[in-house]
Amino acid sequence: MSDTKEKVRTFIVENFMFGNDEGLSDDTSFLEEGIIDSTGVLELVDFLEQTFSIKVDDEELIPENLDSIKNLIVYLSKKLQRAA
Amino acid sequence: MCGIAGIINFNQAEEKQDLLGRMIGMIRHRGPDSAGIYLNGPAGLGHARLSIIDLQTGDQPIHNEDRTVWVIFNGEIFNYPELRKDLIDRGHHFYTHSDTEILVHLYEEDGPEMFSKLNGQFAIALWDKTKQGLLLARDRVGIRPLFYHHEQGRLVFGSEIKAVFADETIPRKLDPQTIADIFTCWTPIGVSTPFQGIFQVRPGHYALFSKNGFLEKSYWHLPYSSLEPKSRPLEEWVDELNVLVKDATRIRLRADVPVGAYLSGGIDSTYISSLVRNFFNNRLSTFSVSFADERFNECSYQEIAVNALQTKHHVINCQDEDIGNIFPRVIWHTETPIIRTAPAPLYLLSGLVRKNDFKVVLTGEGADEIFAGYNIFKEDKVRRFWARNPDSKIRFRLLEKLYPYIFTKENEKAGKFLTGFFKKGLHQTDSPVYSHILRWQNTSQTKTFFHPDFIAGTGDLEQFVSRFASTLPHDFMNWKPLSRAQFIENTVFMSNYLLSSQGDRMAMANSIEGRYPFLDYRVIEFACRVPVKFRMNGLEEKYILKKAAKGLIPEALIKRVKQPYRAPISSCFFRKPSPAYVSTMLSEHAIQKNGYFDEKKVAGLVKKSSGQNGMLLSERENMALAGILSTQLLDHLFISNFSQQAPYPNEDMVIFTD
Repeated sequence: MSDTKEKVRTFIVENFMFGNDEGLSDDTSFLEEGIIDSTGVLELVDFLEQTFSIKVDDEELIPENLDSIKNLIVYLSKKLQRAA
Repeated sequence: MCGIAGIINFNQAEEKQDLLGRMIGMIRHRGPDSAGIYLNGPAGLGHARLSIIDLQTGDQPIHNEDRTVWVIFNGEIFNYPELRKDLIDRGHHFYTHSDTEILVHLYEEDGPEMFSKLNGQFAIALWDKTKQGLLLARDRVGIRPLFYHHEQGRLVFGSEIKAVFADETIPRKLDPQTIADIFTCWTPIGVSTPFQGIFQVRPGHYALFSKNGFLEKSYWHLPYSSLEPKSRPLEEWVDELNVLVKDATRIRLRADVPVGAYLSGGIDSTYISSLVRNFFNNRLSTFSVSFADERFNECSYQEIAVNALQTKHHVINCQDEDIGNIFPRVIWHTETPIIRTAPAPLYLLSGLVRKNDFKVVLTGEGADEIFAGYNIFKEDKVRRFWARNPDSKIRFRLLEKLYPYIFTKENEKAGKFLTGFFKKGLHQTDSPVYSHILRWQNTSQTKTFFHPDFIAGTGDLEQFVSRFASTLPHDFMNWKPLSRAQFIENTVFMSNYLLSSQGDRMAMANSIEGRYPFLDYRVIEFACRVPVKFRMNGLEEKYILKKAAKGLIPEALIKRVKQPYRAPISSCFFRKPSPAYVSTMLSEHAIQKNGYFDEKKVAGLVKKSSGQNGMLLSERENMALAGILSTQLLDHLFISNFSQQAPYPNEDMVIFTD
């Protein structure tokens, strides 16, 4: 899982924070901190689908699944388990 | 329309002619037809003229009967024939037929109280030789610009900042607080400008400068109030609107040159053009811009309008690369960073007007502000409705009605997440800036690109909000939420962005004067009085205006979903071949040298954008890109590479010295 987390974190830092990870903890809300905006979520979903070979369903597009590194990891582990 | 500039020095005798000449030379695009200066004691006034009224004798500066009051003036006084008649009745003698001359006589009658009598768009500087005092003033909503620099008994002012900077003793440095504000709410606020020590006379204000100092005073404010108007049927309101806007249009056709009109394909400009076409001039010429990028194009609606109105229509097509190529010129004229590129197509449009030998255009500007046309007003209403029952599964779906172009089938994923975006701060309905806080929050995320040293001490969003809230009228929270939202939109966005960066500056860049019937103060005051339910009915925007336009303009234009005027951003700068200056301005070296932004983050943004061939998805990253590039250009044009040598010669300049 730590590899997954590293991949997710690196993507967030590189793609949305332009290399500066200041203030990003596992609990940081992407929405509240403005790290991801409304259209940025498409890039996030694209990344998840490409990197982890999963399909993100529309119903899953909720902050509980996607709005922090922690939420993403929990969501991904469920998703990957199901896939396995 | 014109450009004005001046120097008042109470400290010591100063040779002003050369500097005034260069100041005026900086803004000859505002007034290519003639130029004049007036020199007397501490005062020097300069003027560049675009001749529109009284082509023969209207050259400025203009004086009163005994040559003790001199004026330079940029703009129009639309009610000048009535004022002139009144002044003649009171015994004043006129030596020209221009609207300018009424100003010196009205000043003799009323002093600084005169401005509330003017129906127009203006920046005025008036020198009283007897009192040894200068009076500066701007129209009620800031259609015409006026900037100044003041230092211990010496004042330098001009229609544009570049005129003030012609004085090499004035420092040129970006103001971190204002730059941070622009990356929050799009524009400078209050008297500030992007440059330290350079200020603007605020809309609806005049300022007195004498040996005793500089003092700015308000003479008008947007008259929203908590008082509900007397109950009246909708039809009466509609009739009053039609009469007022028709008269506002009529007096805006006063000119000794032909007047054209912009036609965007929306209700506002079509309504104005229809009034002109039906009542005043059946051979109207209209102008519009179309976009190669279909997401922004309104061409099909423009065609409907043209077919109905049968005007002589001219179109300029705007490609992404046109915006990219012209952007440095745009910033030379906006004199401020912008986080949108939407002014650029209007630069091209005013060029088209000029090419067709027109100097004046009417436009529909202002209707969205005074009659509540924007989504931000609906968003405020929906969020307040939703906040009363935050767990409702239905209420937030009203947002889909507001943003059909975001909540499309293909874009369903973004749409769902967008709901989360609108839920932020949902319960804070007692915030005075509830209507705008989401936008400001989202925009202020672009501040992450600043170099921490540059914005140190400029404060966060919360501090911005409290600074802004402290400027609001004392009874603001008693107003209806819609009036509050409109006040903020009109004060911040309309005056400091729409009418300046996107209005005056883009038109004057090509020596074109815009006139705005909806911004006649009688129409504005009327709109502030209209009950909120007639401004926005349910979620129908500009309700009363649509009623007024019914039968006058094609039904298809009244029924269409309103499309916000927008222009592409990242593709203009990064779709190959990218304009050469882009990589220069955004290079690590250039970013580091200026020190405004974090070079690593900017490099990341550049990489992301060029990697996608200029197709940045995120709205916020697009805003950041426009903001960073325009700030770098602003530095390049006005700080690092500014030349005090005026770009235009003034061989035609006339000098008055009594």
